[in-house]
Amino acid sequence: MRSFAYCTADDVSQAVTKHGADDRVAYVAGGTTLLDLVKLDVMRPAQLVDINRLPLDEVETLDDGRLRIGATVTNTDLAHHPEVKAHYPLLSQALLAGASTQLRNMATTAGNVMQRTRCPYYRDASAACNRREPGSGCDAMHGINRMHAVLGVSDQCIATHPSDMCIAMAAIGATLTLEGPDGKREIAFNDFHRLPGDQPEKEHELRPGELITHITLDTPIEGAGAYYLKLRDRASYEFALASAGAIVAVEDGVIREARLALGGVATKPWRSHEAELALHDQPAAVSTFEMAAEAAMQDAVPHEYNAFKIPLARQAIVRALREACRDAENANQQR
Amino acid sequence: MMEPSETAAQSAETVTVNLIVNGEPRQLQVTPNVVLLDALRDELRLTGTKKGCDHGQCGACTVHVDGMAINSCLRLAVMCEGQHITTVEGLARDGQLHPVQRAFLEHDAYQCGYCTPGQMMSAAALLEDERIAADDASVREAMSGNLCRCGAYKNILEAVQDARREVAAGTEERS
Ligand SMILES: Cc1cc2nc3c(=O)[nH]c(=O)nc-3n(C[C@H](O)[C@H](O)[C@H](O)COP(=O)(O)OP(=O)(O)OC[C@H]3O[C@@H](n4cnc5c(N)ncnc54)[C@H](O)[C@@H]3O)c2cc1C
Ligand code: FES
Ligand code: FES
Repeated sequence: MRSFAYCTADDVSQAVTKHGADDRVAYVAGGTTLLDLVKLDVMRPAQLVDINRLPLDEVETLDDGRLRIGATVTNTDLAHHPEVKAHYPLLSQALLAGASTQLRNMATTAGNVMQRTRCPYYRDASAACNRREPGSGCDAMHGINRMHAVLGVSDQCIATHPSDMCIAMAAIGATLTLEGPDGKREIAFNDFHRLPGDQPEKEHELRPGELITHITLDTPIEGAGAYYLKLRDRASYEFALASAGAIVAVEDGVIREARLALGGVATKPWRSHEAELALHDQPAAVSTFEMAAEAAMQDAVPHEYNAFKIPLARQAIVRALREACRDAENANQQR
Repeated sequence: MMEPSETAAQSAETVTVNLIVNGEPRQLQVTPNVVLLDALRDELRLTGTKKGCDHGQCGACTVHVDGMAINSCLRLAVMCEGQHITTVEGLARDGQLHPVQRAFLEHDAYQCGYCTPGQMMSAAALLEDERIAADDASVREAMSGNLCRCGAYKNILEAVQDARREVAAGTEERS
């Protein structure tokens, strides 16, 4: 692995100062994305600022009912947190569907948001990749693109966003709190990741030197059911081919409110407003779920090896909605 | 993407790292880019911990840091300053095999043995972890971060379940 300098920081302002706006400096949290990519020579930091000692490892319920998650809370701790299990089961399920026990013990909340695509051409420093090396081309376009995205693609990049956690957050709704050389600001979760467009190297809205300090989840939907379904090549420790995260509130057999986000098929964590529109005020029935699935995937663009993802995602959506509705009905009966 | 820079050359300087490895304080001189796995194997000669993929994809390098199972190939040694590291060499205590080691022996839970240290470290971490349910599917899922190229999974699962039952029974007896 190439060499770099290393320092720690004890609080947020110290970390931001040590980082500066220097693009050769990188924050390191769990290290599970960063060190992997430094070993592959895809990331080339000259200096790391270790943020693990920052006081950002707490989960707290705010007065307005939202849940504020510190940037360095691990994926394991977040998945098993009682507030998350009770009020955001979709997030707990999605986290536990990701990676492995060891990786979840290391991976942090902000690091997960910042994880990079698993596109093999991005990960191979000798391949053409506009995301890694702007203007170099995209070997995935005519290469082995079975794992690649069908939604949100451009003619520059079709790399999939690999996160499970982010799919739950996209459905739940959240706000990121950022702190950088120019001070503090907030940004909506669904505005944070960018579509590749003609600048696939610009993956997110973080400005140079900015640190994610917290992610605050929107208040949970009262009485809703939730389900995260992840379909993959093996039963565990594998990225999604297609995943669907659904939250639905049902009253007298009618869907009062619905949230749907998709993973494994899109270039960013994909909230499907089209599907949500198709579900709203409709009967909680398979025919409705099928219409929603159709609406979610209508703009999908396949490449040579990944056309199968379109029907696969549709099935994932129908199943996730069916299970979420069942969960909602169970919740209704218990009340 | 970040450009390589001159500062990278200066950073090849070694730093001092203090770890508590299998209960013993150890001091290391390493450059910041040395991962815990290499520090354990090359500096401390604790070669029980194995390198499979070096990218978090196999679990052969699993050790405990402050009691938690992690992939030591994706953790810098410098990030572990002051932390307690347990490797497979630290599982046995006072000449007594750890329940997981005994169970792996009894169930023949390996063929070539290369994945075994990592498997046992994951198993040891989950033995008393109440967040993981008792059924086979839950244990298999919790152990999925450890690949076995020989496919000894069936016996590994049995060994883990046996060790877990044994430890649970022991805890009940004591309380
Ligand atoms: C083999 C393998 C399998 C995996 N499988 C899955 C899976 O199935 N599903 C899934 O969702 N994920 C999976 N992952 C990805 C894993 O979830 C991410 O690597 C992890 O969440 C990253 O978090 P981290 O804390 O380790 O980040 P780091 O590696 O420390 O950092 C990642 C990036 O984020 C930046 N960063 C970190 N913290 C901050 C902050 N607070 N503010 C600003 N920038 C920050 C870093 O500079 C770096 O660029 C897998 C990873 C591996 C290696
Ligand atoms: S060597 Fe660390 S996970 Fe394979
Ligand atoms: S026993 Fe050979 S790899 Fe598991």
